[in-house]
Amino acid sequence: MLELVIFSTLNGVLYGMLLFLLASGLTLIFSMMGVLNFAHASFYMLGAYFGFQISQWLDFWVALFVAPVCVGLVGAAVERWGLRTVHKWGHVPELLFTFGLAFVIEEMVQMIWGKLPVDYRVPKLLDFPAFELFGTTYPAFRMFMLLISVAIFLVLLLVLTRSRIGLIIQAALTHPNMVAMLGHNVPKVFMMVFGFGSGLAGLAGVIAGPALVTQPSMAHVLGPILFVVVVFGGLGSLSGAFIASLMIGLIQTFAIAINYSIGDLLTSVGMARPVQGMLSDLWQVTVAQVGPVVPYLMLVLILIFRPTGLMGTRES
Amino acid sequence: MSHGYRTGLTALALGLGVSALALPAMAQVKIAFIDPLSGAMAPIGEHGVKHFQYMIDKINAAGGVNGQKMELLTYDNKLSPQETVIAAQKAIDAGARVLTLGNGSGAAAAMIDFVNKHNDRNPGKEVVYLNYAAVDPAFTNDKCSYWHFRWDAHSDIKMQALTSYIKTQPGIKKVYLINQDYSFGQAVRKAANEMLKAKRPDIQIVGDELHPLAKITDFAPYIAKIKASGADTVITGNWGSDIALLLKASADAGLQVNYYTYYAGGAGGPTSVKQTGLKDKVFQITEGIANINTKENFAWEEDFRKKHQNHGWWYPRVRNEMDMLAKAMNEAKSNDPKVFVEKLRGMKYKNIYGKDTYMRAEDHQFFQDIYISALTPMTGDMKFDEENTGWGWKMTATIPMAETDVPTSCKMAKPS
Amino acid sequence: MSDTTLAATRGNPALDLLRRYGIWVIALVVMLVLPKIFTSGAALTTMCLMGIMIVFSLAYNMLLGQTGMLSFGHAVYYGLGGFLAVHAMNVIAAGKLPIPLPVVPLVGGLMGLTFGFIFGAVSTRRAGTVFAMISLGLGELIASLSLILRGFFGGEEGITANRTKMLTLWGVRFGPQIEVYYLIASWCFVCMIAMYAFTRTPLGRMCNAVRDNPERAEFVGYSTQMVRFITFCISGFFAGIAGGLAAINFELMNAVNISGAQSGSVLLMAYIGGIGHFMGPVLGAVLVVLLQVFLSDITGAWMLYFGLIFIMMVMFAPGGMAGLIMLHLPLWQRGTLLQVVPAYGVMLVPALMGVAGAVALIETAHHQLVKTATEGPAMTLFGIAYTSNSMLPWIVALVLIGGGLWLGRLWGPRMAGAYSDAAHGKDLGKEVSK
Repeated sequence: MLELVIFSTLNGVLYGMLLFLLASGLTLIFSMMGVLNFAHASFYMLGAYFGFQISQWLDFWVALFVAPVCVGLVGAAVERWGLRTVHKWGHVPELLFTFGLAFVIEEMVQMIWGKLPVDYRVPKLLDFPAFELFGTTYPAFRMFMLLISVAIFLVLLLVLTRSRIGLIIQAALTHPNMVAMLGHNVPKVFMMVFGFGSGLAGLAGVIAGPALVTQPSMAHVLGPILFVVVVFGGLGSLSGAFIASLMIGLIQTFAIAINYSIGDLLTSVGMARPVQGMLSDLWQVTVAQVGPVVPYLMLVLILIFRPTGLMGTRES
Repeated sequence: MSHGYRTGLTALALGLGVSALALPAMAQVKIAFIDPLSGAMAPIGEHGVKHFQYMIDKINAAGGVNGQKMELLTYDNKLSPQETVIAAQKAIDAGARVLTLGNGSGAAAAMIDFVNKHNDRNPGKEVVYLNYAAVDPAFTNDKCSYWHFRWDAHSDIKMQALTSYIKTQPGIKKVYLINQDYSFGQAVRKAANEMLKAKRPDIQIVGDELHPLAKITDFAPYIAKIKASGADTVITGNWGSDIALLLKASADAGLQVNYYTYYAGGAGGPTSVKQTGLKDKVFQITEGIANINTKENFAWEEDFRKKHQNHGWWYPRVRNEMDMLAKAMNEAKSNDPKVFVEKLRGMKYKNIYGKDTYMRAEDHQFFQDIYISALTPMTGDMKFDEENTGWGWKMTATIPMAETDVPTSCKMAKPS
Repeated sequence: MSDTTLAATRGNPALDLLRRYGIWVIALVVMLVLPKIFTSGAALTTMCLMGIMIVFSLAYNMLLGQTGMLSFGHAVYYGLGGFLAVHAMNVIAAGKLPIPLPVVPLVGGLMGLTFGFIFGAVSTRRAGTVFAMISLGLGELIASLSLILRGFFGGEEGITANRTKMLTLWGVRFGPQIEVYYLIASWCFVCMIAMYAFTRTPLGRMCNAVRDNPERAEFVGYSTQMVRFITFCISGFFAGIAGGLAAINFELMNAVNISGAQSGSVLLMAYIGGIGHFMGPVLGAVLVVLLQVFLSDITGAWMLYFGLIFIMMVMFAPGGMAGLIMLHLPLWQRGTLLQVVPAYGVMLVPALMGVAGAVALIETAHHQLVKTATEGPAMTLFGIAYTSNSMLPWIVALVLIGGGLWLGRLWGPRMAGAYSDAAHGKDLGKEVSK
C-alpha cells in the first residue's frame, strides 16, 4: 500500500506539473486577453513534434532550447496576423479562430509527420532508472521533467514579481484598461504574452513527448482539462493555477488507485444495492472509473459556489 | 469588406462544387469500404483500404466475378455511427450492394441496424454487410442478422483461445485485467473472468480495471497499481494509443509481466513495443501472422510488402472475406446479395495456411485456427519484421479451430 | 436586429405583407421543392440532417446571439432529448401505445426543457465567462456519464429504435426517407416560426437588453438572471426537439450526440451563419452540414479546409454569412444593388485565383506528403494530370495565391468604393452588419 501511495504521489505531482507548464501560459493568455485559446494544447503538440524533428536532425538538448522558441515564434505570428485582426470583434470570434486553428495544426501535423505515433526517444543521457523502490523503478527522465517544471515555475514567479515586464503583465492581468491608458503598448504585450505562453506549452511538449506518446491526437486529450485548471485556480492567478494543477494531478492519480463504488459503500453500511433499472450502473461505477470526470465536477461546483475560482479576484 | 465577400463566395462555391461532385459512377460490382479515414484511427482505416484494393486487383486479374470487374469505393465515417449511416446511404446511391466496415463497435452496430432496416424497407435492393474487424460478440449473438457476416474472431472466441493456452501454462498465477471502459473492453473483461474461472480456478484475478477510452495521457498510475497487485500476467483488449501508452509506462517502471493483448499488432503497436524493449513479453491473439511458414503465405506477404513499403498484411481475414465473397458470387452465378448470401452461409474454405475454415450458418461467424504470437527481435526462422523495427511476430501457440468453438444465442430470422 | 429597417420602409400594405412574410413563403416552398430536385438517398438524409441542425442551431442562437450567453455544452439538451425520444419510441412500439411518431419530438423537447430547468437553475445565475465555463463543465460531465451509465445511454453503440413499428397515421409508416423528410421539414418550419415569434415577444426583446446592457435591464426592473434562466429553458426545449428529430431520422442515439464535439459544431454553425440575424444559424447549419457530409469525400485533407474556412470566416466576415447578406440589404432597398455587380465581378478574378492557388497548394502538398510514398507522385487536380514532386505545380500554386492577393489588394478599395457609392454614404450598412 505504501508503495502505491508513494508512486501515486510522484506520478500525481509530475502530471500536475505538466498541467501547470501548459496552464501557466494559458492563464496568462486567458486572463490578459480574455481569449479562450482552444489551440493551446495544439502548441503543446507542436512542441513535441518540433522537439522530435530537431532531435532527429541534431540532438535532444538542442531541441530542448530551440523547439520552444520555434513554437513561441509560431504563437507570436498567430497573434500578430490572426488573433489581432479578430480581437476587435470580441471574444467569441477569437475563440472560434483558435478552434479552427486547432483543426489546421492537427491536419498539418498529420500531413507532415503522419498519423502514427513517431519514435521520439528519451535522450541516452537520461535513459536509466533514477531509483528503485519496492522493486519498481522510476525513470530518470521523469525526474528531469519534474525538475524542469519546478524550475520554470520558480523562474516565472521571479519574473512576474521582480521584473518590470512582470509588473506590467501583473497589472495587465487585473487592470488591462488602466495599463493601456498608462501608455504601454498593449498589443505588443499581448503578442509577447501569447508567444511566451505558446512557447511554454511547446516546452511542455518537448519534455512530455518522449515520456508519453507523440501523436496527432495528443492535443485532444489535454485540451478541455486545461480550462478546468485555469478557471478552477482563478482567473489571473498564477499560484491558483499552480495549486489547481497539482490538485487535479493528484486527485486523478489517486482516484485511479481506489476501487470502491457507491454500491460497495451502501453494502458496507448494510444497505442493499439497487441492481435493476436504467440507472443501476450508477451504483457499480468505481472511483477509478470516474477519476477523469472529477475535474469537471470540481469546475462546476467551484463556479457555483465561488465564481472567482480558488484564488482569483474577478469573474471575467 | 472585400475579403469578406471573397470568403463568402469561396464557401458558396465549395458548397455547390461539393454537391455536384457526389454523383454516382458507372456500373460494376461495387464494394463500399466504410471506415475512419481521418482522425486518430485513420492509419488503421487507410491500411484496410490497401488490403481491399489488393484483393480486388487480384480478383479482377483472375477474371472478376461473373464476368464483371469489382470496384472499391471508400468512405470516411469518422468513426461516428451517424456518419456511418450517411456513408452507407451514399454508397448505396453510388450502386454498391456489398458494404464492408471494420473499426468501432458503435459504427458496426449502427451498420447492422441500418442494413436490416434498409433491406426491410427496400425489397429487391438488398445490401449485405461484411464485417472484417468489429468483434463485439453481440453481433453474432443477440444482435445477429441475416445480412451480416463476420470474418474476425469475436472477442469471446479470442478469449476462449487464450484461456485454452493459459490452461497449459502453469507459470501464470496472478492475472490483472485492464480494459477500456466501453462495450468491447467490458466484453473482454467478462469473458476473461468467466473463462479463467472455468478453466483455471487456481488463477487469482488480482485486478480488474476499466479506464476511460482514449482519454488517459499517462498510464504510470495504473502501472503502479498493477505492480502493487503482484500480477505476473496482464490481459488487455486495449488498442490505439491506450495500448502504446500502457506498454510505455510499463517499461518505464521496469514492470516485468507478460502482456496478452488483442491489438498490440495494430498501427504503431510494434513500434512502441520495440521502443519500450519489452522483448518476448507482448503477445497477441490473431487469426494469422506474417511468419507462418507456408509457401503461399510467404509469397503473398512478400508481394504485398513490395507494393506497400514493407507494410505487412495485417488482416488475413480480409483475404478470407474477399475470396469467399468472390467464390459465393461465382457459385451463385449472381452478384445480387439476395442470391449469393445463401452460398456464403456455411461455406467451407481452405485458407492460405492450408487449414480448413468455415462460416457458421447459424450466426454468420467465421471459424478458423487462432494463433498466439510474441513480438521479438528477428531470429533464424522468422522472415518478416513489423513497421521496419527489426522485430517480428514469433509463433507461440496454435489453438485449433475445434477448441475455439463457442455457442451462440443467435436466432436468425431468414427474410421471406 | 435588422427587422426594424424592414419595417421602416413602409408603403403599399400588400407589398408590406409580402415583405414581412415573403421570406417564410419562400422558405416553405424551398423546403417542399428540394426533395424533388435532389432525390438520391444520401441527399435526402443530408437534407434531413440540415433540418435537424437548423432547429438546433436556432435554439443555440437564442442563447448566444439573442441573450449573449456562450455555451460549450448545449449538446447535452439535444442529446438527452434524443435519448429520451429513442427510449420513448421503443416503449411505444413495445406497449403498442396509441402515440404516433410525429409527436415523439415533443417528448425530446420536454426532456430538453426539464434538464434546461435543472441545469439552467445552477448555471444561469452568472453570465459571461462563468456561465461559459459551467456549461463546459456540465457538458463534459454528462458526456462522460453517457459512457458510464450504459443502461440509459447504451454505451458507445447507443440505443436503436425502429420508427416504422409505431402507430400509423393515414397509412404513413415513415419507412421511406422522403416521409421522414417531410416530417422533419414540418417540425423545422413550425420551430422556426415559433423561435422567430419568441424574438418578437417582450421577453425576447428583454433578452437583447440583457445581452447589451445587463445593468440597465436590472434598473428597469427585470431580473437578468430570470431572463437568462427562462431563455435557457426554452432553448433547451427546442434543442431537445432537434434531438428527438435526430432520433427519428437515424433511429439511433449514441454518446457522440451528447459530446463536446457536437456542442462545438453547433457553435460553429450559429457563428458561421451569423449570430446577429435570425436567419444566420439557418444558413450556417446548411453550410456546415454540407461540409461535414461531403468534404471528406472529395479530399483527404478535409480537416485542413474545414479549419481554414472557419478561420477565414471569423477573420474576414465576423457577421457570418447573414452579415454579408444584410450588408447588401440597404442596397437592394435603394435599388442600387446592380451598381456593385461590375466591381464585384472584377473581384471574382483574384478571388478565384487565390482559391485555386490555395487548393492546388494544399492538394499537392497533401499528395506529396501523404500519398507519394505509397501511390507515386502522379496526381490529377482540376482535370490536369501532373506529378507532385516536380517544381512547376508548386510555383504555379504560389503564383496564383500571390497574384490573387496582390490583385485583391489592388482592386479591393475599388470594390469598397463601389459599395459605399451604392450605399450612398448612409451608415445603414454599418449598423445592420453589427
